[in-house]
Amino acid sequence: MSGFFTAFVDMFDTATIASIVAGSSALMFATMGETINEKAGVINLSVDGSMMLAALAGFVIAFQTDIVWLGFPAAAAVGMSVALLIAFASIKLSLNQVAVGFVLFALCTQLSRFLGTNFVGRRPVGVPTWEIPGLSSIPFFGPVFFDHNLVVYLSYLTVIATFLFMYRTRKGLELQGIGERPEAAHSRGIPVNKLRYFYTALGGALIGIGGAAFSLDVKLGWSDRLTRNLGWIVLAIVIFGGWHPLRAAFGVLLFGALQAYAINLVPEFPSLSQVLPSIPFPAMILALVIVNWKRLLKWLDRYPFLRAILRSDPPTAIGTRFKVN
Amino acid sequence: MSSYRLTNLVLPISVVVASAVGLLVLAGTNPWDPLQLIVEGSIGWPPFEAGKSAKVGDTVMVWVPIALASAGLIVTFNAGMWNIGIEGQIIMGAIAAAFVAREVSAPRPLLVLLTILAGAVGGLLWGLLVGVLRTAGGVNEIFGGLGLDFVAISFTTYLIIDPWARTGVASTSGTDIFPDAALLPSSSGTRLSLLAIAIALLAIGGVWILFRGTLYGLKLKAVGANLRSSFLMGIPTNRYLLGAFMICGALAGIGGTVQATGFHFKLIPAISGGYGFLAILVVLLARYQAFWVIPISFFFAMIAVGSSQLDLRLDLNSALGGVLQGVLVLSAMFGLGWAAYRTKRQLQEASGGDSG
Repeated sequence: MSGFFTAFVDMFDTATIASIVAGSSALMFATMGETINEKAGVINLSVDGSMMLAALAGFVIAFQTDIVWLGFPAAAAVGMSVALLIAFASIKLSLNQVAVGFVLFALCTQLSRFLGTNFVGRRPVGVPTWEIPGLSSIPFFGPVFFDHNLVVYLSYLTVIATFLFMYRTRKGLELQGIGERPEAAHSRGIPVNKLRYFYTALGGALIGIGGAAFSLDVKLGWSDRLTRNLGWIVLAIVIFGGWHPLRAAFGVLLFGALQAYAINLVPEFPSLSQVLPSIPFPAMILALVIVNWKRLLKWLDRYPFLRAILRSDPPTAIGTRFKVN
Repeated sequence: MSSYRLTNLVLPISVVVASAVGLLVLAGTNPWDPLQLIVEGSIGWPPFEAGKSAKVGDTVMVWVPIALASAGLIVTFNAGMWNIGIEGQIIMGAIAAAFVAREVSAPRPLLVLLTILAGAVGGLLWGLLVGVLRTAGGVNEIFGGLGLDFVAISFTTYLIIDPWARTGVASTSGTDIFPDAALLPSSSGTRLSLLAIAIALLAIGGVWILFRGTLYGLKLKAVGANLRSSFLMGIPTNRYLLGAFMICGALAGIGGTVQATGFHFKLIPAISGGYGFLAILVVLLARYQAFWVIPISFFFAMIAVGSSQLDLRLDLNSALGGVLQGVLVLSAMFGLGWAAYRTKRQLQEASGGDSG
């Protein structure tokens, strides 16, 4: 048992925590993206595939032009196109969002493998490190938060901006409205379907940027199925986060910490070295099971404080279509 | 649930051919060779030539698990469930079959029967778990299933590198080959097993009958169409949902057995071959109709087997096959959706069009 404990204690040094923060940027962007489009009522189930294809697109553009920043808009465009296909299929053609999303997941994954063959193992220029003067010399917080690069800083800003937009602005209230009560929003003159197109595209763009953040920064380079399973984790974290940007961001960090812990455990259990790195995936889903367990939640109703922490109620109109009569 | 008309089939197929040619030109190769290789590598060129039965046998043995999983998925889809846990159910079936094959000694017919039963039970229990999470815990079956897929994959890797490691070398290439008595009987020189084919056809036939001629099937469909109404009508919806997951899990588990004892002859890390997810595409393309599963899953098996040779023979990524499968399903869905949209618009215009 001591192995579990030492591996846990080892996580609490500044360098490890800083690497968890830096490594979570890709998931941060994608999780905010999916939170936004689900909040608007549209599920983008293709994340695992569209993130991978966007990661490839960002990588290829950055590699060919030698300008790393050009990779991000390219990846955003790919993520946005896939998301718009889902919005179109659902809103205009009345197809099932989940079905279209799943097929696009499969298609984008295979497409990224096919188109990426010749780029396996190539190394482009990465995102340059840029420590923020002043802030980075704060003890502990400096190295943990302010000694990375622009992509990582933008990932925090995206989280804060998503939160402020959703809960502190008029437009954000409208976003919640079209996901919760589209009929009511419509009767107040809000163009429900137009906004759903917009927010699905925005969410897709962020998912794409998440892919590029992975291939251009978190794990610089391209390999077959580079971002595999990250998209599924994004979908799980959005639910775990109760469709709230800040709680979802906490979920992303928790997942990063789990991964670091699993890697720390490898020296303790060498025979499990192949299995341990994949443990965080089922563990995250287990966490999801807990926040969704209806009986547990009913029991927690007696303890309002805990209930508030663990509640995870989806937007009422998620996954449904809205038709103007 | 509308069915296909000829025009709905022409569009997706032409989109697939166009995108295949486009992609291959983009990759800088002559588009004919790879497409011919896919056919040649799966059923021979010219097709079904005498003396090439090994290839056809492989393709058929890939078809069997896809067809079994598809048959199971028709049941869960009709019950309104997205059984993404299907991969895990195939894997747990294979693991259970591998356990029996390794640990039990019995005369061949009995042992083969036991591996098949074990596979069915392994898949059934794993499917039941998804169902219980859904009905008792309120956990969306997509995420419960996905989590259990991850668990099953990790478990396979663990078994292969630790308790069931090959004697002498611990590697991720798989366990030792199973004893002969546990392998599915096959015709000489090929993997082709008539028993496996018979089971797959029986499963598809059974599912077809289930939804054509039984009250149970009708009630399952009712649960899928409207869970709440069915509950109010007195159908024990939870029991029906669990039943659907168990049927699907058992069929997928038998598919896993066929993968383990009829194709690889050992347990390997990627034992499911991704056929569970492929079966989801098959069923979406078949519009949840059992009969169509037979030709569509055979076509998908051909692409899967044929494209696996692209790497070696033409230095092209074998993912091309997966791309073509995805494009086919996506364009078929969009084609049907667009046709339905047009019909609706025409009806509205004919009746004066109140919403334009």
